[in-house]
Amino acid sequence: MFLAAKPKKVIPGFGLTMGFTLLYLGFIFLIPVGGLLLYTSLMSWDDFWKAVSHPQVVASYRLSFGASLTGATINLIFGSLVAWVLVRYRFPGRKIVDALVDLPFALPTAVAGIALVTLYASTGWVGQYLTLFDIKVAYSQIGVVIALTYIGLPFVVRTVQPVLEDLEAEREEASASLGASRFTTVRRVILPALLPALLTGYALAFARAVGEYGSVVFISGNMPYRTEITPLLIVSKAEQYDYQGAAAIGTVMLVAAFLLLLLINGLQWWTQRRGL
Amino acid sequence: MTTDILTPVVGNPALAARWHRATDEPAWVRLILISVALGFLALFLVLPLAVVLYGAFEQGLQVWWAAVNEPDALAAIRLSLLVVLIVVPINLVFGVSAAWAIAKFEFRGKPLLISLIDMPFAISPVVVGLIFVILFGSQGWLGPWLAAHDMRIIFAVPGIVIVIAFGTMPFIARELIPLMQQQGKEEEEASLTLGASGWKTFWYVTLPNIKWGLIYGVILCNARALGEFGAVAVVSGRIRGETNTMPLHIEVLYNEYMFTAAFAVSSLLTGLALVTIVVKSFVEWLDERHRPASNTH
Repeated sequence: MFLAAKPKKVIPGFGLTMGFTLLYLGFIFLIPVGGLLLYTSLMSWDDFWKAVSHPQVVASYRLSFGASLTGATINLIFGSLVAWVLVRYRFPGRKIVDALVDLPFALPTAVAGIALVTLYASTGWVGQYLTLFDIKVAYSQIGVVIALTYIGLPFVVRTVQPVLEDLEAEREEASASLGASRFTTVRRVILPALLPALLTGYALAFARAVGEYGSVVFISGNMPYRTEITPLLIVSKAEQYDYQGAAAIGTVMLVAAFLLLLLINGLQWWTQRRGL
Repeated sequence: MTTDILTPVVGNPALAARWHRATDEPAWVRLILISVALGFLALFLVLPLAVVLYGAFEQGLQVWWAAVNEPDALAAIRLSLLVVLIVVPINLVFGVSAAWAIAKFEFRGKPLLISLIDMPFAISPVVVGLIFVILFGSQGWLGPWLAAHDMRIIFAVPGIVIVIAFGTMPFIARELIPLMQQQGKEEEEASLTLGASGWKTFWYVTLPNIKWGLIYGVILCNARALGEFGAVAVVSGRIRGETNTMPLHIEVLYNEYMFTAAFAVSSLLTGLALVTIVVKSFVEWLDERHRPASNTH
């Protein structure tokens, strides 16, 4: 009763913290991003369209988006399996394995890049065996997929893990006691409960992969029309002072990133609502 | 009641086995699943890690030391550390500010603000670099003005600092926001009602509560700032000994076929990445140890 009489705003610092937050966001993020969009909007439509629809650029979209989808799909399958194994089973070294999942998130992309190309080159630890089967990974599109799989690995695992941990055992018991086989229970009870988290992880892995640069450029070989990803095209255009071309393609990537973020926020909202 | 149902199961081993199996997988399925998962992780996590460390130390400690203790490598390390010393404190203040405003107050547009803070994470590092080249580059918005005043941002240290600050902006905030939201504001309110000042409350009440999350956020921000590559590649110009950060130096060495040196410098950043994930596990372990008391939902 006494507490009800307390002044409404005891905690100070709203103006200071909110002010600094908005100031920093504005100067380092909103104004610069606005600058890019404004720069692009000042281009004529013809110039813009020519820059973003050049066959070499279109080939790079196809590779960037295609390889990112493939990588995210591999992560969806193996990532959910890893999450399942880490949550449900006990085996020696589980904690270490669990911690290692974050490695692609903490390891600099350039280091990942040179590590992967060294592994998969025709003389590398893995590459030398793949050449026996005539599979070329380094300097091919498969190499791009490998790098993008690596970079997206933590996302599916880390979004599925907490949901799997919170899943009530009662639901599975109910399903089993009603006569469902284990396979049916997994398919009809567990999988639907995990669906929002699986999709969120998939979208996060995809979004991360589309913009990735460092881990890919070493292993891809960067051949125009074949193994050139869109971020690399932006870099080479910027290096040749073709700011307009770079800005146009950059704007396409920026819009794609915004749309993906919107999708991911929607998915996370769905996950949380499911959780209640 | 449960015992009534269980009695026949307990008495009958075959039935008991089937009962067990109903919410668990048979041992052979478990074995296969664990093997496939570990195989996947060995291929994608352990092998790249091993190849870096093998490449770095293959020719002995002396060769490793020579590669690390070489003028260009030292210049790159010094530049990377300088950038971190500027960027991490700024992002720390930003992270604490944003988390304080978001966790302790109610206001309109809060979800939008959280999304905005997340956004640099979704933008390609290359686009981040490009944004600042267009702002400050010689043919960008402010290029002529900067040139007239004899200032350089692109192909110089300030540009590197700015793009890294942009790219690592979310990490500390993302760590602190959920943590402080979960802790609520009762403790701070108690401290303030008892007469402590706002700063004192933050220092003695809030800070001890968020200490470990904060430390992990700082270490992650630090690792990501040292490792940032795509954005720096666009704005740095790769001037040897001047604007090469550690990852750019690794790229230069690799492209010059100096693989051992490239892996030696990489091993430093790899060590830091390993420290980062160890700290994360430790923070989570602490969190779990504190959790059970409040684990009611």
